[in-house]
Amino acid sequence: MNEQQLRGLIEEVKSGKLPRRSFIHKMVGLGLSAPMASMMLMHAGVQAQTAMPPYKPTKRGGGGTLKLLWWQGPVLLNPHFASGTKEQEGSRVFYEPLASWDAEGNLVPTLAAEIPTKDNGGLSADGKVVTWKLKQGVTWHDGKPFSADDVVFNWEYNANPATSTVYVAVYRDIKVEKVDTHTVRVTFPKPTPFWAEPFVGTAGMIVPKHLFADYIGAKSRENPANIKPVGTGPYKFVDFKPGDMLRGEAYAGYHQPNRPYFDAVEMKGGGDAISAARAVLQTGEYDYAWNLQVEDEILKRLEGSGKGKVTIVPGGNIEFIILNYSDPWTEIDGERASAKSRHPSFQDKAVRDAMALLVDRKGVQDFIYGRTGIATANFLNNPPRYNSKNLKFEFNVDKANQILEAAGWKKGADGIRAKGNVKLKYVYQTSVNQPRQKTQAIIKDACAKAGIDLELKSITAAVFFGGDFANPDTYTKNWADMEMYTTTMTQPDPQLFMEQYCSWEFAQKANKWASRNVSRWRNDEYDATHKAAQGELDPIKRAAMFIKMNDLVCSDNYIVPVVYRPRVSAAVNKLSAPLSGWDNDMWALPHWFKES
Amino acid sequence: MGNYILRRLLIAVPSLLGISIILFTVLALAPGDPFEEMATNPAVPPEVRMALRAQFGLDDPVWQRYTHWLASMLQGDWGFSFVSRIDVDELILQRLPVTVAIIGSSLILALLVALPVGILAAVKPYSWFDRIASTLAFIGFSLPTFFTGLLFILFFSIKLDWLPFVFRADISATGWAWWWEHLKQSIMPVSVLGLALAASWMRYVRSSVLDVVRLDYVTTARSKGLTERVVILKHAVRNALIPVVTLVALQLPQLFGGAIVTEQIFRIPGIGSLLIDAVLRNDTPVIMAVTFVLSALVILFNLLADIVYGWLDPRISYR
Repeated sequence: MNEQQLRGLIEEVKSGKLPRRSFIHKMVGLGLSAPMASMMLMHAGVQAQTAMPPYKPTKRGGGGTLKLLWWQGPVLLNPHFASGTKEQEGSRVFYEPLASWDAEGNLVPTLAAEIPTKDNGGLSADGKVVTWKLKQGVTWHDGKPFSADDVVFNWEYNANPATSTVYVAVYRDIKVEKVDTHTVRVTFPKPTPFWAEPFVGTAGMIVPKHLFADYIGAKSRENPANIKPVGTGPYKFVDFKPGDMLRGEAYAGYHQPNRPYFDAVEMKGGGDAISAARAVLQTGEYDYAWNLQVEDEILKRLEGSGKGKVTIVPGGNIEFIILNYSDPWTEIDGERASAKSRHPSFQDKAVRDAMALLVDRKGVQDFIYGRTGIATANFLNNPPRYNSKNLKFEFNVDKANQILEAAGWKKGADGIRAKGNVKLKYVYQTSVNQPRQKTQAIIKDACAKAGIDLELKSITAAVFFGGDFANPDTYTKNWADMEMYTTTMTQPDPQLFMEQYCSWEFAQKANKWASRNVSRWRNDEYDATHKAAQGELDPIKRAAMFIKMNDLVCSDNYIVPVVYRPRVSAAVNKLSAPLSGWDNDMWALPHWFKES
Repeated sequence: MGNYILRRLLIAVPSLLGISIILFTVLALAPGDPFEEMATNPAVPPEVRMALRAQFGLDDPVWQRYTHWLASMLQGDWGFSFVSRIDVDELILQRLPVTVAIIGSSLILALLVALPVGILAAVKPYSWFDRIASTLAFIGFSLPTFFTGLLFILFFSIKLDWLPFVFRADISATGWAWWWEHLKQSIMPVSVLGLALAASWMRYVRSSVLDVVRLDYVTTARSKGLTERVVILKHAVRNALIPVVTLVALQLPQLFGGAIVTEQIFRIPGIGSLLIDAVLRNDTPVIMAVTFVLSALVILFNLLADIVYGWLDPRISYR
């Protein structure tokens, strides 16, 4: 889809011919994120509508205790140190950002009075300045008022490299000023089409200046507020035991009327995912369980007891296979899999095409993941109900055989295809994880039928994903022909996510393999498009560029997406809990209630 | 006696040092990084991870890290967790009461079951009572706790819906309700742990009592006209208990160490689950502190066992 067609669609939404929701689904089908699609509409002047389920309680409190079960409990409660989702979720009970992302990728004002648009003067014409108007009458849990100073402070805190927050990249290049007590101005160094990252969603939780100001920089670890949060959220802090229990009680001065419904909240940690699902779905001992990485068959059986239901929310996680672009078996300048080398057989497009045909995605979905892993051909997220036309994957051993035969890869006496000295014999590595080993087995089987021999290798997750650059088995070294893992899109804007195929991101010896292009795939057109997208101000032109990048990666078949992995959680029947795949599970916690 | 204890304590110092060196080296050699989550998260620039590693001293050579750790440990500073950035002693103290309560009651339960059953079985060997008790004991120690734990959960929580299977350390109720809630949630973990221990201890008690009741001095006591009760409890059991004391004393450090598997199944926030989480996240200061205190306790309780021998059998003397 090119720019013209995109504009046509947006016009249709404007005139009311195309429902807003269908547009967003279509964009997601093309490989964009829902927040990005909704920002396109906002740019075109189509106002966001929030699709929140109706909130029925008519007064604050009275709902008893909301019991949340996190099979890995949070260990710290400073949102800016929260590298894992469990810490982000724990922090989100108490802290709020200026705006959050709903399930459709719309921005929902939280601590902001309104979402900045061109019409209300929030966005400057040059795309460099965003002005946020803050909500009046918001107080911290200790009674102090929330103001623009707090927002400016959060920028200073994050931008200081000595504080070592995980969001330093979001804040270090921008400038934030206070305009008046309830207005802040964010200035970007260059035109930034996707401006909703600082102070928004997971990266945007605001901590109080009066408790954090003395602990900026290297002293940040010593702040008692790291484990005793004072926020603006619906629940205020009672007690915290890292990894075990987090408790909060309703905050009487909360800034949204009639909220929260529950008198108290508790987040219990520990145990394993299956028994967490059981405690919600089968016994109802808990109200909500997060991140249920459990086989779908078990989930279905537990759902059978009728006490709760499984919720599946689309987000941005893809389980995929990388065919190595570089040669992992030859050293160039003392470096294996050097970016200067080419893989002996994968450099033949025919072999890659055959490999893509040999990955039985449908089989992987049906036999292994069920509802929790959906076959996909796109590298960017692609839930099937969005019904994309780009979804063109096929499992066809005969066709793979024909392609290989035609390209001159002949079967030898041992049944393995070869051309000259090069044999189609590969090492295929992934982390130790039952569904992954089952997937490996399915693919090995199909490859054997096409005369390709796979040697399966599974590496303990601690090593595979570990940052030890002396270890040969890390996923960033990728010293194998093929490797498989899940890549997570942690941000609503795909720019950073798609940067992992740019040539300046090669993971190599020079950067201790701490960079992100682990396939060492190189495509000049892709590089140029990504560079252009970084500065493109028109969100529609920019969207078209990302669609092109997605197509470039996927059609070259070095990257073989396998299944798309939505977020899976469980809630008891009566609980109304709006979830979003583009923000934390706790993003709408004030709106949670139980039907009477 | 005082001399003996002093000597034993002095010998303990080099062994503790050795233990700590081995632990530290093994942990340093093991792969992984406490900031792994950052490595896999593309939004976090690698510099942040590098800066944190440098700030927490992870890039220093192993011997330097070890001496640093030892020096602060000697001053009573246990360091802080890399993951939660909280002081390690605080983390351990938070979890100590639950661990001691759960493991302590299961040890008591085990003793309450193992001693009477073992003695009765030994007094009348190969009777029906002995046969049934021995069969149950074999079943008890051949079933692993994770299996009995799941079985208990399936039966008492899911089928009958009597007992909760998620353990909560802080219960908001007060007075009797508080005790009742705690009792209800402790029944399953305590019986799983206690009965497994009781099964093996019962076998030990039985065989050591059996060894003693056949000795001449027991026959002498009987021919003096003492009642059977006095013969068994005062004369036989007291001697038979010596090997049992060793066993129990070696179990006692577990009061601190917790029970990793059972804690995981019932979500008990004990030291065992703290340790396993720390191991999974490569949180060296926590692993070091827990394992080091555990080994110190093992050494201490061994000494205690040796002292109790002397009280049980005055013929044993210390030189």
